[in-house]
Amino acid sequence: MSPLSRREFVAAGVAAGAGLVVGFYLPHEGRISKEAFSPNAYLRITPDNKITIVVARSEMGQGVRTALPMILAEELEADWKQIEIEQAGASTLYGDQTTGGSASVRTTWDPMRKAGAAAREMLISAAALTWGVTRSSCTAQSGSIVHAASNRRLSYGELSAKAAMLPIPSDVTLKQVKDYKIVGQRLARVDTPAKVKGEAGFGIDFRMPGMKYAVLSRCPTIGGKVTSFDDKESKKNSGVSYAGKISDSTVAVVANSVWGAMEGRRVLNVSWDDGPNKDLNTAAVMDSLKQTAKKKGASLYAVGDVTKAKGRRISAEYQLPFMAHAPMEPGNCTASYSATGCELWAPTQVPQDCRDSVAQAVGLDPDQVKVNVTLMGGGFGRRLEHDYAVEAALVSKAIGGPVKVIWTREDDMRFSTYRPASLHQLSAVLDGSGWPLVFTHRIIAPSISGQKGQPVPGGVDPDLPDEAAFVYGLENVSIESVIAETPVPLGWMRSVYALQAGFASESFIDELAAAAGKDPLEYRLHMLAKDRDIQYFTTTWHTARMRGVLQLAAEKAGWKNPLPAGRFRGIACFGCFSSYMAEVVEISMENDTPRVHRVVAAVDCGQVVNPSILEQQIPGGIVYALSNALRAKITIDKGRVVQGNFDDYAPLRMEETPIVEVYAVPSTESPTGIGEPSVPPLAPALCNAIYAATKKRIRALPILS
Amino acid sequence: MPDFTLRVNGSEKKVSVSPDTPLLWVLRDTLDLPGTKFGCGAGFCGACTVHVEGEAIRSCSTPVSQVAGKNVTTIEGLGANGLHVLQQAWIAEEVPQCGYCQTGQIMTAAALLAKTPKPSDEQITQAMNGNLCRCGTYERIRKAIHRAATGGAR
Repeated sequence: MSPLSRREFVAAGVAAGAGLVVGFYLPHEGRISKEAFSPNAYLRITPDNKITIVVARSEMGQGVRTALPMILAEELEADWKQIEIEQAGASTLYGDQTTGGSASVRTTWDPMRKAGAAAREMLISAAALTWGVTRSSCTAQSGSIVHAASNRRLSYGELSAKAAMLPIPSDVTLKQVKDYKIVGQRLARVDTPAKVKGEAGFGIDFRMPGMKYAVLSRCPTIGGKVTSFDDKESKKNSGVSYAGKISDSTVAVVANSVWGAMEGRRVLNVSWDDGPNKDLNTAAVMDSLKQTAKKKGASLYAVGDVTKAKGRRISAEYQLPFMAHAPMEPGNCTASYSATGCELWAPTQVPQDCRDSVAQAVGLDPDQVKVNVTLMGGGFGRRLEHDYAVEAALVSKAIGGPVKVIWTREDDMRFSTYRPASLHQLSAVLDGSGWPLVFTHRIIAPSISGQKGQPVPGGVDPDLPDEAAFVYGLENVSIESVIAETPVPLGWMRSVYALQAGFASESFIDELAAAAGKDPLEYRLHMLAKDRDIQYFTTTWHTARMRGVLQLAAEKAGWKNPLPAGRFRGIACFGCFSSYMAEVVEISMENDTPRVHRVVAAVDCGQVVNPSILEQQIPGGIVYALSNALRAKITIDKGRVVQGNFDDYAPLRMEETPIVEVYAVPSTESPTGIGEPSVPPLAPALCNAIYAATKKRIRALPILS
Repeated sequence: MPDFTLRVNGSEKKVSVSPDTPLLWVLRDTLDLPGTKFGCGAGFCGACTVHVEGEAIRSCSTPVSQVAGKNVTTIEGLGANGLHVLQQAWIAEEVPQCGYCQTGQIMTAAALLAKTPKPSDEQITQAMNGNLCRCGTYERIRKAIHRAATGGAR
């Protein structure tokens, strides 16, 4: 191999279409090292028998620091107790490091397995050479290579120096599922002890010598600007050392302590130009969605002919509000800028975006920006934005020293990027028995990517392929998207458009079942009765797998058994991020308010890497979704976000939390997403239960508005 | 800046800060005890919960002047000899996801168990209802408190 630089090698591998894993391999010259055997950027084995696995996704609670290393360790035949975990910062070695779209396991499943398998094979070769025996007489076992015939054994550490000299195999055989020892086990998460001791390093906990603290005064009106500011009062007290405009709409206040900066901001006198949206309110946004609905949309999915069938037509409109992610750890980032470089300590889902955006903002090259990824106190998509990082870098540049920018809860609530409000027009034609001949769904919503200036090919937001599939095998279906415009800042929030699409679609299916006088479970199973493959963009959905989760959830919930007096059930299913999910929600009504007692969730997400993490993620998504369904609503008045803290944007607390039971369909298919798929079915299953209780159909969220 | 003397996790600490400084920021910024978290700054979420004279309080809304001369316990000082029984239970039940709110949850739970060693479900809900968790770990928190209350057994 020619002596390419590491960066060129990666580019060459990707350009040749050789697949991700080849792209990750370092050139032979780069591997020869006395210190470590590192056949790829994910793995390092040192002669002291330390095995380090690098995690190139961000940990926000979803368990990637445990799950991803388990995949590599499985193929490596490592002893899990030996493994040390290292968090990768922004790098050119790992492809796209974005943590989102429930994609961490599903997109690293192959690269991590191949990385482990290649190393295993090289360690076997190293042992065979050492002993002068055939490779096939050696086996990898729990961190050692064993030659059973002579009862000899060498640890991976002992073999590391020799293995580092060997060529990397271009093709490796992966293990069979039946031989798995680590994947599929309930291994304890590696990050738990530090989190209960208060020793886990979240972004907000990072400190460095000489570091100052900043909070930003932000124009309260969307799209407004700073006209002027006066920092006389700010500088009178609280150790405020600097106040300065950082962007068109923000003034940073820097002090020796967080409290000093907050107090300095409180008395900062800023004049604002409220800008073009000063009269914007929520009613105007919803009205503009209705106007946009008159436009022609882009087709997401179409089969048959939705115009011909004759029968009973049923139509309905659904709508959803803006919502805020509201992770527990407010936004923050620490930056240390100098003329030759900028280092960041960022709780971020997008280290590479942070690197590139910061470079542009402060006038450096991307490779002069180093991004360290900290733990995150929740993400839910909010940290797919890089605003905190850019602010921290700009303030650090302005003051000529390290600084941590902290957002208050009110900043987080009012200056976030919000789940898009949406309008849904649904229509169906039923035959004489009440079965749907035609199903149409028009999704009218602004495009998150479009608003950010990213491509929206064919008028389809690039998220919709993962988030608006219609998995029923009907003959005549049309799913359409109509993109609306809004000045309200938009972001990707847990399950993104799947929440909206799932709520509208699965509530409407329930309406059809009610109109037909049929049981909502039987109605869905009837539409899924035939085994069909449904091609939706690049994903093939299988009616059989959706049927599987519906039947499993219904069976575990005792759908066919009568409920005690005053209890009611609803059911819904949805597929997103390549996973299938069904939920049965059991409620009672107390003074017109639903009380959710129990949620039975069934998931088919292929091979489960760690069932224990699955059993955290599914209920976590359900509790998040129940917060959304009951109360989450961001409203706009006079161009400003009304809600400010956890009093007027009130997430679920313990007293409202139901018991959640989780069941996974046993599967050896490649793993698919688990972080988000439990979110979309919750609201429709809950509203369907409310319908069962009250005969009242809820067509707008939140329920308690 | 006036001086205030607090007894934090058993040792005397003198700090020079403005009297209205919330205890939260004194702990985090001045005393370098980052286990106590900032969540809402208004007492709604409980991420900042610490003990003052054994009572669970919201450190984000408690001025340092109010706790001068008092005993303050933070998550760093909860387990005087190794892990507190609740921290052990939190590990056994695998409670944390993102983990950000969990130190506050544990401090609230510790104050509950100190007064009510064998709490009922209802007592747990009542005590813990002020602590928010966006990852939705509430039922595991409940299980972990029961586990700790029964000496580690489920």
